[in-house]
Amino acid sequence: MAKKTIRTIPQARTPMPEQDPQVRVGNFDEVARGYRLRDALVEADRCLDCADQPCVRGCPVGIDIPGFIRQVAGKNFHGAYDVITRTNLLPSVCGRVCPQESQCEGVCTVGESLEPVAIGRLERFVGDMAIAQGWSNVPYIEPQPHKVAIVGSGPAGMACAADMAKAGCRVTVYEAFHEPGGVLKYGIPDFRLPNAVVDVEIDKLRQLGIRFECNTLVGRLFTLEQMLTEMGYDAVFVGTGAGYPSFMGLAGESLGGVLSANELLTRCNLMHARDFPRYDTPLQPGKRVAVIGAGNTAMDALRVSLRLGAEKVYCVYRRTANEAPARAEEIHHAQQEGVEFHWLTSPLELLGDEAHNVRAMRCERMELGEPDASGRRRPVPLAGSGFELEVDEVVFAIGTHANPIIGQTSGLKLDPRGYIAADEQGATSMVGVYAGGDIVTGAATVIKAMGAGRKAARAIKAYLGLRDTERVYGGSASAAGSPSSAQAQDQAPADTDRPFGIPRQERGFARIHIA
Amino acid sequence: MSDFEIVTREDYSDVTFMLEVRHPQMARAAKPGQFVIVMAHAQGERIPLTIADFDRERGTITLVIQAVGKTTLEMQRDLRLGAHLHAMVGPMGVPSHLGTTSGTPRKVVCVGGGLGVAPIFPQARAHKEAGAYVIGVLGFRNRGLIFWEDKFRAVCDELIVCTDDGSAGIKGLVTAGILQAVDQHPDIDEVVAIGPPIMMKGCADTTRSLGIKTMVSLNPVMVDGTGMCGGCRVKVGESVKFACVDGPDFDGHEVDFDDLMMRLNRYKPAEKVSLLKMGEGCRMQGSPKA
Repeated sequence: MAKKTIRTIPQARTPMPEQDPQVRVGNFDEVARGYRLRDALVEADRCLDCADQPCVRGCPVGIDIPGFIRQVAGKNFHGAYDVITRTNLLPSVCGRVCPQESQCEGVCTVGESLEPVAIGRLERFVGDMAIAQGWSNVPYIEPQPHKVAIVGSGPAGMACAADMAKAGCRVTVYEAFHEPGGVLKYGIPDFRLPNAVVDVEIDKLRQLGIRFECNTLVGRLFTLEQMLTEMGYDAVFVGTGAGYPSFMGLAGESLGGVLSANELLTRCNLMHARDFPRYDTPLQPGKRVAVIGAGNTAMDALRVSLRLGAEKVYCVYRRTANEAPARAEEIHHAQQEGVEFHWLTSPLELLGDEAHNVRAMRCERMELGEPDASGRRRPVPLAGSGFELEVDEVVFAIGTHANPIIGQTSGLKLDPRGYIAADEQGATSMVGVYAGGDIVTGAATVIKAMGAGRKAARAIKAYLGLRDTERVYGGSASAAGSPSSAQAQDQAPADTDRPFGIPRQERGFARIHIA
Repeated sequence: MSDFEIVTREDYSDVTFMLEVRHPQMARAAKPGQFVIVMAHAQGERIPLTIADFDRERGTITLVIQAVGKTTLEMQRDLRLGAHLHAMVGPMGVPSHLGTTSGTPRKVVCVGGGLGVAPIFPQARAHKEAGAYVIGVLGFRNRGLIFWEDKFRAVCDELIVCTDDGSAGIKGLVTAGILQAVDQHPDIDEVVAIGPPIMMKGCADTTRSLGIKTMVSLNPVMVDGTGMCGGCRVKVGESVKFACVDGPDFDGHEVDFDDLMMRLNRYKPAEKVSLLKMGEGCRMQGSPKA
């Protein structure tokens, strides 16, 4: 076969089949339907398989992107799945929610002259096919005596848990909510990432032997210190997320109808307030909704509000679309669905009616001045530009602070902003405790949290004296183990019919490590 | 891991009932002033309930619930002995600060009204155990609604019961009880008040001019209870606090109760819809027999 060149590949990026905007604002079904087989084959043909592979470096977890696309192009879809799951256990999730335009696709060689290869869409195609076909890659796992706890079942915790389970550790994931999944469940709405997809991915983690303990508020039910001592964990990973939503301190923020995007999304997504009164959690959706902020969470809040029946939905942001932190695709989708964008607009105060519900928001127009510390041009108010926007619901989506619970209940060192102080590898001030994701960096993305979880997993393996390799290896590697790991070793072969929760017949070749 | 089984149930009146839930791990961890969030069933909402008692030996958490909305009425109807809650997470919130700095016994008034009577109990007991002179002030609408009087007598040096109609104890609100205690004890260090916001507001207003430190326990609207939703934000002095992780205890003289009460009304219309639907469901279930 002749070498592909930029002239011989399909020139146009294969479009994603989508629900019509007019239809989809009336439902919570997924907007992007996903590539059909023929779409995937055409798009896979657009990859030049270039020697440089900038996409791999652009991926926070370093997926062998040309490798899996080559498999797709060769119609070896299970092979493609194998390639992806070597580095990323959640292709269906990441293919949907990663900001590919600023990662792999942003540096794609094809993108220098044409639109870049739709890597995210292909990844999702492979992940969804794996779900449909029931594929899961449960590798051979050599049991180790080590017990590892993960605090938080969001993307950072899931990624760390998977790696530690694959390394043979007994892994328990603690979650404060009644269902695992973290922000993937409560935050990202179903029309962008169906909760059913998250559940399938969590089941795959269970197949690796990972236990999920919900309804468990670590810090208050037991502390990090207790986990390392009386509970016998050899290492703990903290991935509790940013939480704690910010407000602006405007007059009227405690009026009825004023809430954080987190509250709106949690009620709607996790608690099913959209199905009220079939589900008990209420939501009093507004008819005229203003969402302050222009990040991905703001876009989710805007589009959820439309689907909850709002007639007017306004995005209020003090800078312009160019500075908006949301993915371009999300802003585009929101525009298609009828969201009105008020760029260069800043709220001043919220006005209430006699029942103490919000009735309007007073705003002023801005213009862009000199660049500020972030390098973005600072918005400056335009004198005399004040106006009132008639609204009955105001949603704040302007970011979050660090969740305070772990800091309140442990001796863990925090940074001045309240986030957990951790080094590049996720090691914290407490021996055996690692942290990663939003609780270390502040609000970021799903894939960055997963990357941090994986990085911490490598560090934990090194700390436990486990070789960091995907290969089968034997022998006890607990040279660096603490006295508690020796205890754990005694208790290790608890259930020999289901070692690590994996039925023996599913892993008939396994040698069981009996201490 | 607990399966949240109900091991004891007692009904104190036709609205107030007690559930003792098995959760040994939480019983070990719980401290006075903390709360839990429960879900009665998979379609249920998450509601915060202050821990009314915990028994480390029995491994149980005690909740006292007033059946006032759809969720609590369903709990009253369905959560019999041996039933299970769908979820219970906790203990949440910062434990109450019992403030025995120098170790010298202090004089504390523990005020509980309505649904606040039960959660003030562990506070009274903890103060007693810390060596304080404890004056209990309990408020009920009438004699028939009184519960836990003996439990309180066991941990209080004095107990003042107040009823709205005067059918037991002194006639009047708990603020009358506070004033009676203040008249007899000029050296009260602290008042701790738990109950409906209007009652806590009254207590704080009563003690403000007397210069007695007054702690209140707030129970605003919450979803997760871990600081994530911000639904429970309250104005305390100049700042905005989240009751779930910054509280639930705050200085009563600093709390903006009017603001709190208005925020609590937000979901009243939806609660009515829920109740109405529940009523229809009951009627439909009942109709074939009728």
